[in-house]
Amino acid sequence: MTIMKGRALRATATAAMLAVFGAPVMAEELFYVSGAVGNAVENFKTLVKPWEEATGNTVTLVPMPASTTDQFGQYRLWLAAGATDIDLYQTDVIWAPQLADHFVDLTEAAKDLAPQHFPSIIESQTVNGKLVALPIFTDAPALYYRTDLLEKYGKQPPKTWAELTETAKFIQDAERAEGNKDIWGFVWQGNAYEGLTCDALEWVKSHGGGQIVEPDGTISINNPNAVAALEQAKSWVGTISPDGVLAYQEEEARGVWQTGNAVFMRNWPYAYGLGNGDDSAVKGKFAVTTLPVGKEGDPSAATLGGWNVAVSKYSTKQEAAISLALYLAGPEAQKQRAIAESNLPTIMALYEDPDIAAAQPIIPQWKEVFLNAVPRPSAPTKGKYNEVSAKFWSAVHDTLSGRGSAAENLELLEVELNDIKGSGW
Amino acid sequence: MASNDGGLSLSQQRQRAAFWFLAPMLAALFFVAAWPLLRTIWFSLTNTLLSDLYGGEFIGFDNYLSIRVLESGRVIYRGTLVDPAWWNAVWNTVRFAVVSVFFETVLGLIVALVLNAEFKGRGLVRAAILIPWAIPTIVSAKMWAWMLNDQFGIINDILLNLGLISQKIAWTASTDTAMYAVLMVDIWKTTPFMALLILAGLQMVPRDIYEAAKLDGINPVKVFFRITLPLIRPALAVAIIFRMLDALRIFDLVYVLTPNSAATKTMSVISRENMIDFDKFAYGAAQSTLLFAIIAVFVSLYIWLGKVDLSGEGQR
Repeated sequence: MTIMKGRALRATATAAMLAVFGAPVMAEELFYVSGAVGNAVENFKTLVKPWEEATGNTVTLVPMPASTTDQFGQYRLWLAAGATDIDLYQTDVIWAPQLADHFVDLTEAAKDLAPQHFPSIIESQTVNGKLVALPIFTDAPALYYRTDLLEKYGKQPPKTWAELTETAKFIQDAERAEGNKDIWGFVWQGNAYEGLTCDALEWVKSHGGGQIVEPDGTISINNPNAVAALEQAKSWVGTISPDGVLAYQEEEARGVWQTGNAVFMRNWPYAYGLGNGDDSAVKGKFAVTTLPVGKEGDPSAATLGGWNVAVSKYSTKQEAAISLALYLAGPEAQKQRAIAESNLPTIMALYEDPDIAAAQPIIPQWKEVFLNAVPRPSAPTKGKYNEVSAKFWSAVHDTLSGRGSAAENLELLEVELNDIKGSGW
Repeated sequence: MASNDGGLSLSQQRQRAAFWFLAPMLAALFFVAAWPLLRTIWFSLTNTLLSDLYGGEFIGFDNYLSIRVLESGRVIYRGTLVDPAWWNAVWNTVRFAVVSVFFETVLGLIVALVLNAEFKGRGLVRAAILIPWAIPTIVSAKMWAWMLNDQFGIINDILLNLGLISQKIAWTASTDTAMYAVLMVDIWKTTPFMALLILAGLQMVPRDIYEAAKLDGINPVKVFFRITLPLIRPALAVAIIFRMLDALRIFDLVYVLTPNSAATKTMSVISRENMIDFDKFAYGAAQSTLLFAIIAVFVSLYIWLGKVDLSGEGQR
């Protein structure tokens, strides 16, 4: 039944695409570069197949390391050198202002497609009136929890970070007493990289500690609420979280989680689909909820993530590349991505889609979460965002690993951020 | 006949021939070594950005040190030379280089002495011991990263089963052990290289000296310190310089193995970070230039203090 439906869908898609993009003129070979987590490489092949069939072009995925910081470094090198090898770049939501000069303006090409997306996301990819990249999926992290373990010990999913700490400790101790030696309470991303900025921004924001640099450009990070948030996170390391969490990125955290060795995990929606895969030890034993808050009643904070596709100014096959970008950002591809990889669509209508709701029930629930998501301060800090983020994650990483207290490190961070800011961002 | 050589004397002809034989090598050296070096030094004196490599303007030594007096009379210092992050990286690198080269030399010497002895299957052992050196650093770094992983790593598993530790240790994540992890992997990787260089030196030592010592009944420890060590000193010195140069520019191992934390960041890592991640290309170039200067100083000091003969002729 589903296969039939899939085939029919694909046939319509092919026909529609022939109508939209015209018959293939000359087969081009495109190169698409993207970070690869989970099954991204295999999924990409299936994802672009209809487009390849419709246009006669082929796409090769060039996989990058999972660390977004490393990806960005490599992108910047290629783009600075004007490399013609890569035609399309998959870009993080925060990169648009820093890489804008190297990408093609997609305003004209996407004039029909762009209004179907959430306006805030399109806006985040628009720099000085130029549409730098088209959104292909958005991201907002969730708290994953083990339904079986919580039920076994009669616990509720935690509402506040304090509750999470308590529940995690309780279940971890109880499970270990029963001989489950490798169990941990809570895993997250503590390596010193962009992901830690996301995690820490959530702790700080949900404790009422602001968002590092406010939209008007003021540096707000040095405040008692932020200090309290970081001190709490520090108390997790070595108690409910393994010491190694300080070197974890998304995939390491998922590794511990998916082998059944964690009660809670903070991660992006992609881990939902993988966690329910056949090789997963936690298949059908977990659920997700919004991230905890500082005090009861506060709004939960989830860092806005998300990925976009941009066409390189240096590509020699721009026409084909733009056509692929439009396809990847269009409803067909987003729907497939939502079903196959539990990625959140950026097209509003897809949240009402019954197929998606059936395959990935979390997605319709997720609309609210990401509508209230906190952006990282990439807009106010412009080209200096990376440095600001690196200073922030270093201060947090130092605090977590016991090099200075949160208060000392945040005080120093404020001074450093002021230095970077200079006379203005 | 005489018109062919343009009336040059024999020695002039030989010099000219030598020049043409050397020319390709000199040109290659200029393009791969001198030109990038000069260009980096030039970049360090400009305000070049990575996003605009050809638009930099000359700003003098501001990337190294700039002193500004504010209207209030406060003096502000900026630049690499007053950047604590840079000096932390220098300290990390120097500490790493000294410790790793020390252990590699001692262990390499021991391995070389063993391999120098006559035993069955010596050729096989010599080849086998080179394996760590033959594996590309990135591959071995990643391999060790998995072995040292706190949750699924085999090293924790072994130590735990042997009862040597009571709890899994986060080797590369914890700032206390991250540097040890880097050191251990580097020593594992580079000891064979040292052993090989020292072994080459050992094989140059004439056998009859040992026979004479044996006849005189001198104990082996004394033989080692009075005969072996002085005779292999030139080879040892060259090996140490090679390793020192290598260790001072360590990048890959630190970059792959440990989180990007101040506890392990080295000069190369911080310079790359500024150049690529932060778009401060010129600032990173200034750090690269300083790295070059520091390595140059180290090597000259070592050569001068150790009176190392790099010409290869040596006083017999």
